[in-house]
Amino acid sequence: MMSFNQLIAIALGYVAFLFFVAFAAERRAARGQGGWLRLPIVYTLSLSIYCTAWTFYGAVGYAARSGLEFVTIYLGPTLVVVGWWWILRRLVRIGRMQRITSIADLISSRFGKSTTLGVIVTIMAIIAATPYIALQLQSVTQSFQVFARAGGQDWGDVELNRAAIWIAIGLCFFTVLFGTRNLDANERHHGVVIAIAVEAVVKLVALLAVGIFVVWGLSDGAVAMLAEIEASPISDWTQSGSRWAALIFLSAAAFLCLPRMFQVLVVENADERHLQTASWAFPLYLMLMSLFVIPIAVVGLRVMPVGANPDLFVLTLPLSQGQQGLATLSFLGGFSSATSMVIVATIALSTMVSNHIVLPLWMRAGAAPGAVMSGDVRQVVVLARRLSIGGVLALGYLYFRLSGGGAALAAIGLVSFSGVVQVLPAMLGGIFWRGATRTGAILGLTSGFAVWIWCLFLPSFGTDAVLSASVSANGPFGLGWLRPEALFGIAGVDPVLHGLLWSLLVNTGLFFAGSVLSFPKPIERLQGAQFVNVFDHSASGPAWTRSAATAEDLLIMSQRILGASQAQAIFARAAVRQGKSDTLPDVTPAFVAALERELAGSVGAATAHAMIAQLTQGASVTVDDLIALADETAQILEYSNQLQTKSAEQERTARALREANAKLMQLSVQKDAFLSQISHELRTPMTSIRSFSDILRMGDISPQDTARMAGIINAEALRLTRLLDDLLDLSVLENGQVTLHVQRGTLADLLDRAIGAAGLAPRALRIDRSGAAQKLWLETDLDRLSQVFINLIANAAKYCSAPVPELRVISHVVDGRQVVDFVDNGRGIAGPDRVVIFEKFSRLGDSSRAGGAGLGLAISKEIMIRLGGDVAYVPQAAGTCFRVTLPEIAPAPVKEGTAVVAS
Amino acid sequence: MWPVTQPPDLLPPVPPRLPGKPSLFLARDSYRQRRLRDAARMLPVLGTVIWLLPLMWQRAPEETGGMAAAVVFVFAGWTLLIVLTALIARKLRPDDEAAIDPDTAP
Repeated sequence: MMSFNQLIAIALGYVAFLFFVAFAAERRAARGQGGWLRLPIVYTLSLSIYCTAWTFYGAVGYAARSGLEFVTIYLGPTLVVVGWWWILRRLVRIGRMQRITSIADLISSRFGKSTTLGVIVTIMAIIAATPYIALQLQSVTQSFQVFARAGGQDWGDVELNRAAIWIAIGLCFFTVLFGTRNLDANERHHGVVIAIAVEAVVKLVALLAVGIFVVWGLSDGAVAMLAEIEASPISDWTQSGSRWAALIFLSAAAFLCLPRMFQVLVVENADERHLQTASWAFPLYLMLMSLFVIPIAVVGLRVMPVGANPDLFVLTLPLSQGQQGLATLSFLGGFSSATSMVIVATIALSTMVSNHIVLPLWMRAGAAPGAVMSGDVRQVVVLARRLSIGGVLALGYLYFRLSGGGAALAAIGLVSFSGVVQVLPAMLGGIFWRGATRTGAILGLTSGFAVWIWCLFLPSFGTDAVLSASVSANGPFGLGWLRPEALFGIAGVDPVLHGLLWSLLVNTGLFFAGSVLSFPKPIERLQGAQFVNVFDHSASGPAWTRSAATAEDLLIMSQRILGASQAQAIFARAAVRQGKSDTLPDVTPAFVAALERELAGSVGAATAHAMIAQLTQGASVTVDDLIALADETAQILEYSNQLQTKSAEQERTARALREANAKLMQLSVQKDAFLSQISHELRTPMTSIRSFSDILRMGDISPQDTARMAGIINAEALRLTRLLDDLLDLSVLENGQVTLHVQRGTLADLLDRAIGAAGLAPRALRIDRSGAAQKLWLETDLDRLSQVFINLIANAAKYCSAPVPELRVISHVVDGRQVVDFVDNGRGIAGPDRVVIFEKFSRLGDSSRAGGAGLGLAISKEIMIRLGGDVAYVPQAAGTCFRVTLPEIAPAPVKEGTAVVAS
Repeated sequence: MWPVTQPPDLLPPVPPRLPGKPSLFLARDSYRQRRLRDAARMLPVLGTVIWLLPLMWQRAPEETGGMAAAVVFVFAGWTLLIVLTALIARKLRPDDEAAIDPDTAP
């Protein structure tokens, strides 16, 4: 039989081992060799502080009393961790971006770096955590008691209290030593984290060992175990569905809101990717921790004498079977669970107390503006933390003494959970809803907490302890609807469920109403945007617009908070980033904001903000600044849109230019051809005129010959004149100097005139006019229009390639305009040529066939445009089709011969 | 006017992707990442469903027992969830910018 003193020695040895591990880790981290300290598995194991002594001992007791319900406490966190993509990833990112130091800091920072909110959350966290710390002390002392009794010593209250005091002092010592060693910017505690990771392994191994011993030692393996579970009294328990669901929710929420969980989840997180591993590894840990709970409870109920405390089965069961080694391991497991939880909880709470209560008070006490400069902030912070660690443990001890340590462990645990969960609405609202405001958060937190105190916390002390039995039964001052366990007359609900429901309902309701009805300050809106949009990479505006402080002032202040070397390093980095060779950077708003964030990593957002404000006397951000910031973002977006539009525009222009260029090239080629043609055209008549006039000058020519030659000379001169007339006509049309003579007439008359004037050889072209409306009245310059018609008809006669050329003239209405189509049965015009046919001097294909100067269509086009109509080529399946869009017919009759100058 | 045949090299180039405008369609890999994220989001829902199921098991009033089955169910569901989470977590790349979903990305 192992003596009690031996157990004490083992416990002390274990503690010494933890000290050594923590110390070694700190040293390695300080030397920068702590790569393995940042392994994802260490992060996962550090999360195991969720499994406290309540889990280690209490879960078995819980299972013995309420069957499978105990498992809800692990299912909730499993859901949260498995759903890391929703909330945890966001929390961790916010924690890193904003240098969050605690959950109070998160809430305070989100709602405009509010000191008030920091204080509220801190006080709530302390009140809710105290019973929990008491619970840990109780479980460790009870486990000592078990061994003492087994060793033959009878422990009474005196010994229990003495043990509790010593444990509290030991924990205080450890926490002060490793929890307040450094005030580093990220509040990471390598020694503590590695120690709790080791403890996590110890408690898992211990519980698994006891479980394996129970299943394969005291029962006949897994299958037999299942049968035994079925037959045991635990199986008689019927589960309340609402309680099951509510407890899953409660534990999930508590997992997010517990200050110690926030500390390991967010503050101590070294790398966001660790969440990825933890997302499955931590649920695995939780599952292993709860795997053997029911078997231990079942076997414990069978083996242990009636009346034995099921909360201690994990310890007493091996002990009763003479398994000293196993019992010692189990003791160490329980010890680990309790100590790791207390250490992290006190670190988290002491950070909150020092940053959100002591520092604001200290700054207010030294209200003179120079206080930030003269006092040694570092020392104040460290001292405040050490004292708060002692204070928190003292409170826990006090609660332990007052409550007498009799109540079932799990009940206190749930009450404590319900208390911390009051932070949930403000927290989730803060990170997902930009509309959440400080007013709403304050209202929600205080109201929910008040309801919790009334409905759950005060009754948890037991009947007549704080609340008298009559108040519990009849309500305060006889107000029945205020009975703590039946608020507003809703009786018969499970008390935890009742308290949780009402407190969260009131909390969320007021949080929402307060947020919707109030208007946030600019800094709140800035912070809200940064929290909610934490994954956007958009630029965030600094909270300062100008600063009266010099870099020297800021450096002195930072040194007092961060320490000389770290502060100087930060300033040097900032200077380098600004491109200055000097060690001191310019005091830009961005630098002040970055510095504030660094300071916030040590003293919390609210204090850091207040300190900077005192020193810089700078104007904090205003609504106008926020709007300007938003404008800036919008401008960038607008600019990029404009760029896109512009580039599309340029693309279009380039395309048009390329087209024009191609056209020009083609025209230039044609112009060359035309020049040679026109020279040829001019030279041919000129040549005949010259030669015949030479002959005439020589004389001695018969009168018949003279007449013939003069006729030729005259005809050639006329041809020249016509050509020059055409050129002149086109030039006049193009310059818009043409005079129009508006007349009235029918289309039929006009066509008669045109066909007659076209001078067609007989049978050269068959013209089908059946499609042309005979009685279509026109009112325009009929001479000019007929000139167009003549040109089109002559062209058809000239170019139509069909063996029996035929031209159909069709008049109809297209898009509300009267048009006349001239369709022949020829080949049509090839695509590329269509582009140039209306250009001057353009002639298609074989120019010898044309015999004209290539001005006809160009003149026609100009005429139609002057008349207010158009002529265009219409691509068709067969034949060439020119469409003449007739001018709009003016409603009022115009007198014959009225001259209209179109220009 | 008449249609103008367009040489192929004059077709407008694909406009470059501008910042702030995530593309509507993704390459296969990024697409897979987005769906993995969707799966990661659904995991807690799956877990909730699994663990609320035993509440709906038909039981006669006053009937007791069935604890062993419930234990096996709860733990089997737990294991399934852990395995699924591990599979998804291993493939997921949280830093993949291209796969950020404009609808649900924060």
